[in-house]
Amino acid sequence: MDKEFLVDAQHLYRYYGPTCAVQDVSFQLAKGDVLGFLGPNGAGKSSTMQMLTGNLAPSAGKIRVRGIDLLDEPKRAKRELGYLPEQPPLYREHSVDEFLSYCGRLHLVPKNRLRQALDSAKERCGLGAVGKRLIGNLSKGYQQRVGIAQAILHNPAVVILDEPTVGLDPIQIREIRHLIRELGNDHGIILSTHILPEVQGVCNRVQIINQGRLVFADSMSGLEQHLHSQHLIIRLRQIPSIDELTQVPGIVAAEALDTGHFRLRYEGTNPASAVAEIAVARGWGLEELVPERRTLEQIFVELTMQDHVPQDTANGEAA
Amino acid sequence: MIFTIAARELKALFLSPLAWSILAVVQFLLAYLFLAQIDTYMMFAPRLAGMEDAPGVTDIVVMPLLGNAAVILLLVAPLITMRVLSEERRNRTLSLLMSAPVSMTEIVLGKYLGILVFFMVMLGLLALMALSLLAGTDLDLGKVASGLLGLALLVGAFSAAGLYMSSLTEQPTIAAVSSFGLLPLLWIINWAGGSGAAAVSGLFSYLSLVGHYESLLKGLFNSTDVVYYLLFILTFLVLSIQSLDANRLPH
Repeated sequence: MDKEFLVDAQHLYRYYGPTCAVQDVSFQLAKGDVLGFLGPNGAGKSSTMQMLTGNLAPSAGKIRVRGIDLLDEPKRAKRELGYLPEQPPLYREHSVDEFLSYCGRLHLVPKNRLRQALDSAKERCGLGAVGKRLIGNLSKGYQQRVGIAQAILHNPAVVILDEPTVGLDPIQIREIRHLIRELGNDHGIILSTHILPEVQGVCNRVQIINQGRLVFADSMSGLEQHLHSQHLIIRLRQIPSIDELTQVPGIVAAEALDTGHFRLRYEGTNPASAVAEIAVARGWGLEELVPERRTLEQIFVELTMQDHVPQDTANGEAA
Repeated sequence: MIFTIAARELKALFLSPLAWSILAVVQFLLAYLFLAQIDTYMMFAPRLAGMEDAPGVTDIVVMPLLGNAAVILLLVAPLITMRVLSEERRNRTLSLLMSAPVSMTEIVLGKYLGILVFFMVMLGLLALMALSLLAGTDLDLGKVASGLLGLALLVGAFSAAGLYMSSLTEQPTIAAVSSFGLLPLLWIINWAGGSGAAAVSGLFSYLSLVGHYESLLKGLFNSTDVVYYLLFILTFLVLSIQSLDANRLPH
């Protein structure tokens, strides 16, 4: 179990004057992890990522990249990092090739391997045809790709991407997600995004940050458990009384949503088949029987907006 | 690593029309001044021929040219240095350098070296202009060398101060305006304080950028003057590193 973490962040704090942007954030990233970092605007996502990449010094806490302390030995630790900030850091007056080879040299890619690294990064990001063009003349989507190419060029152990699919068209988004999954095989990836399906599509771990604190951190399979709520939604033509419904074995509570729709809470194993049998036997006229699943969005909203109970929206969507 | 950053800086300068137009305008002005000085020399030449221990062509043409070049460079330097760091901050490209395995010192030195090489190109053209006189006459090469060294040190000082100003702000224009304030102030700082205590006036005249240049222009190579410029450059480079680092730190 002495598996070495690629990134090990311990109790990170960051203050901007009196405002605390990040409070006591700790997490680890192992090889093969694709960690989705979620949070509303201003929650501290970007600050955390900037701290991980040495762009911001934490007010307190420790960051180790492959066991190397980022604050004590920044130069050694940064060799293992690739970072795409929210706004891709591009020199508009250079061509794509010029820019990427500059990045390669900055990241100490040996001269004899630079050509090869450049070609493979360009190929992976679909930049093959635009190598000679000026970055300033490229579309937003292509600029974003150059930003990603820059982050993976030197084959870093950890790739940190801050909203990588912003400004891309749906096909490009698919390609980039594919690329991220592929990179996830032999790198550790931290990905921040506002697009929740993206997290479910590419990540195997999720963290939600709100007001500077980590409010949720779990693996994707752990998240599945959370998504699974212990509810069934049924729709009946003949409307029985609530009491009749709660008499069904396994069902502990029932509530009427609108005419014909009921929400049944159960405990233990899913009693869907029992519900169906009884509905048929009593001639309720079963029209619909679905397990209610919460979406990541609901979890996100619940965790980030404690004041509002999102119960109503959940029901509305299920109905 | 320093050279990688310097090379990119230089390339970026020459990719912008600003650098080319500055080179062209400065070259034009210097050529005109050169011409005017030669004209003066031609006017006085018959009278000088009759004088004993008369000032030579070096004193009448080259040295005033170098002296005027300093004033022109004072005006031009902030335009070149203004965008060096402020633009990186404004365009958010600084994070590329910050997340690369490069120290703040290397970033600042790389940037500084980049602008310095640009100015050396400018001085090289100026030196060629002066040395073209060798085709028709003799020059006091030692004196010319001392003057050029003085000018190089002076430009090095301008660049370091401009770099620091550029590290303080995101707006290139503000960086330029503050350099325009700082450099002439340091140029004329010895004008005041003459009536005060000897220590104060001594300090002010030591701080003045121009005093040290003037003695080098006279052909007096004094290590105090060279050390003054080196200290000046070092101070502003350290300040720039500090100011860049302060971006990262919580405050």
